[in-house]
Amino acid sequence: MGQGGQERALPFTGDRDIRVAAEAKVDPMHQFTIEPLFGSGHWSIAGYNIAFTNSALWMAIATVALLIFVAGGSKRQLVPGRWQMAVETFTGFVDGMLAANVGPNGKKYVPYIFSLFMFILFANVLGLLPIGVLGLHAFTFTSHFSATGVLAIMSFAIVLIVGFVKHKLHFFSLFVPHGTPAAMVVPIFFVELVSFLVRPFSLGLRLFVAMMAGHVLLEVLSSFVIDSGNANIGLFAIAGLPSFILMIGICALELLVAGIQAYVFALLTCVYLNDAENLH
Amino acid sequence: MPQIEQLAATFSSQIFWMLVFFGFTFFVIGRGMVPKIMDTVAKRDTQIADDLLAAERARKQADAEEESWRERENANRAKAHALIAEARATAATETEQRLAAAQVTIDGKIAEAEAGIAAARKAAADEIETVAAEAARDIIGRVAGLSLDEGQVRAAVKENLVHG
Repeated sequence: MGQGGQERALPFTGDRDIRVAAEAKVDPMHQFTIEPLFGSGHWSIAGYNIAFTNSALWMAIATVALLIFVAGGSKRQLVPGRWQMAVETFTGFVDGMLAANVGPNGKKYVPYIFSLFMFILFANVLGLLPIGVLGLHAFTFTSHFSATGVLAIMSFAIVLIVGFVKHKLHFFSLFVPHGTPAAMVVPIFFVELVSFLVRPFSLGLRLFVAMMAGHVLLEVLSSFVIDSGNANIGLFAIAGLPSFILMIGICALELLVAGIQAYVFALLTCVYLNDAENLH
Repeated sequence: MPQIEQLAATFSSQIFWMLVFFGFTFFVIGRGMVPKIMDTVAKRDTQIADDLLAAERARKQADAEEESWRERENANRAKAHALIAEARATAATETEQRLAAAQVTIDGKIAEAEAGIAAARKAAADEIETVAAEAARDIIGRVAGLSLDEGQVRAAVKENLVHG
């Protein structure tokens, strides 16, 4: 809070303590606080802080979980076991998505789209793990646009690179759809250009907002349950219990959203790659 | 919200670790392991397609073999039928010939027998005639005391035997 710009090395410690002490109640945004771990707050490269934070820890956990998942399915058996079947379902899913949206040229993007989809999916689902009951804090790094933005810009950069390498300046014809009247070419070009340039933002913000909204909602509802439970039994029956039941439903919904947002991110990247590969 | 409040302090760390871990995911998992899995799937698909093709081919061959077997079988049956018919015809002809030969023999024997019977009858008639003529001459000689010529008596007897 307000101390971020003062010092790069140790800028965001103690945030939690100040807030909890000041407000003395559940802050739904507090779960998104980034804290350096293992005393790494002063790590930096070229003056930029690269503290190993709880966010980075969950990126590592997602990566390791994904590595274990995929490695378990890499037995290369002719008749697959359950695990191999599960992994092959995901690769087949990504392969099918690229085949449907990009066509035969899309095969070479399977590693990237698979990494993207699975990384986001694992991040989203791992962030929903109810390990709070064990005293641990799950952190959903996809609820930070500084993380989703990296993925979005990466996808957008690939689209730009592929588009310009493959079609040179012809790539600009993407902004003038077929059949545009001559008088409309210039305005349409700018409209299309803006809609094209908005893509990385919509891509990154969509995931960040969806994940954050779900977690805030769960946090707010859980604060209702806890506060009404602490107040009296009557209030708990009126507000706490329905909130708890609603939370169960929202949890299921959040699992769905976790999958859907990963899918949407991967799917939109496929659609954009199709523009780059095949123009219109 | 911490996403914005902490942005200035954390963006470099977020970007750095994101690139590190997503880079690891992409290069080790995406580039390293996924192609092998896809390769396995492709290999399996190829093998299934090949097996189906082989099965289809085997089925066609079986059909063709059954067809040829049926043709052979039909030909054999026709041949057998022809053999049976021929044998039957041969047997019938042979029987006919044998019957005809037997008929000829029988006819001969019958004719011979009839001739024998006729000769015997004639001989018997002659004998009766002779005996009757002699008896008649004797009777005439004894009763009438006449000694008639044997030829006359015989003619009279013959007349009586034929018309009597």
